[in-house]
Amino acid sequence: MPAQVRQLRQRIKTVKSTAKITRAQEMIATSRIVKAQQAVAASKPYADQITQALTALVTHHVGVDHPLLAEQPTDNRSAVLIVTSDRGFCGAYNANVIREAEALIRKLRDEGREPVPYVVGTKGIVWYRFRGREVAETWNGFSDRPKFGNAESVGRRLTEDFLKTDAEGGVGEIHVVYTEFVSMLTQAVRVARLVPLEIEETESSAVPPAYEFEPSAQAALDLLLPNYIESRIFHMMLQSAASFQASVRRAMKSATDNANELIGVYTRQMNQARQAAITQEISEIVGGADALAESGGE
Amino acid sequence: MATLKVGLVSPEREIWSGEAKTVVAQTIEGSLGILPGHAPVLGILLDGSVVKIEPADGGEPVLAAVGNGFFSVAADEVSVLAEQVERGDEIDVDDAKRALDAALPLSAEDATPERRARARLRAAGIEV
Repeated sequence: MPAQVRQLRQRIKTVKSTAKITRAQEMIATSRIVKAQQAVAASKPYADQITQALTALVTHHVGVDHPLLAEQPTDNRSAVLIVTSDRGFCGAYNANVIREAEALIRKLRDEGREPVPYVVGTKGIVWYRFRGREVAETWNGFSDRPKFGNAESVGRRLTEDFLKTDAEGGVGEIHVVYTEFVSMLTQAVRVARLVPLEIEETESSAVPPAYEFEPSAQAALDLLLPNYIESRIFHMMLQSAASFQASVRRAMKSATDNANELIGVYTRQMNQARQAAITQEISEIVGGADALAESGGE
Repeated sequence: MATLKVGLVSPEREIWSGEAKTVVAQTIEGSLGILPGHAPVLGILLDGSVVKIEPADGGEPVLAAVGNGFFSVAADEVSVLAEQVERGDEIDVDDAKRALDAALPLSAEDATPERRARARLRAAGIEV
């Protein structure tokens, strides 16, 4: 059946070009993971220093007070910041984040709170828009390579809303759902409560230095806390970006593998069909020759 | 001679780190020079000021324009953290001049953009 052979040949060609594309995507993602990891590493000194300064401040000024540290029992609304990506082609990356976020939203609702989503990334925005759900604020356009300015605008909006009351459209606590880059092979969706900040008592041997404050401890706290929150959000965005690239790489690798497997199957089918066609032709020729010989023998 | 271990850090990356003789930073209340053996201090930087670091190896002083940040000094370790950090030799002078021109008419309401633009020019070595 030459027609079937031609069809299969066409199909192999198609799958081959798909494999070429997914293979290229995989390699692009691989190189971007390295860059994203470097960005995570480069942001570490700042995050460490600000945490250290804040620890020192809280250790030596027991009982410091700041609105961002206070529980707001009167506020019933909870902000849920959902960090997704702008692009697809990344397997279950966004689906996982959204599933966790939805679980958190259900849990908050069961506790009698009113969850308010804040969404980062086109995929998450589209998901909520398609379902006609209300979201408080959306950001997109930077999920691949977040800059600190992006985290700053997100952080500023969230802290502003935190300082408002329910009636003004504010929230009483802020949760974040993001993806942590554990390793090249493992990325885990994490849910964390960002604000109000919890002061943890730790048994650390290194006592932070007793700083003098210039101009005052309260002023330092006013500056440090929002910066700390922004730096945390920035860190989560960088982690998510690295995880996104890792998911793209994995998704594209399995797509390439599947395409190669499919090419193998089609090639075998094509060879079989070609062989069958040849066999049939031979038997037709032999049959014809035999018939001729028989008729000629008489 | 004792030296200071200095880190100049922005949220996105470490701008400069190394040993230094002195660090001069501007707080809201005035200029503060830090020499080895300084008492622990945590100070708020003036938004739109210049930080000057003199490397211990006697090289050219490092100037950087900073905005919205703080510095901490403890046990001869100095960290300068700011959301905007630009090294003097990386500043686009024309861009800073344009920013200054744009900020001048608005400086009556909010002087920060003007101060930042001036700090960038000063860090780049141009007095205005």
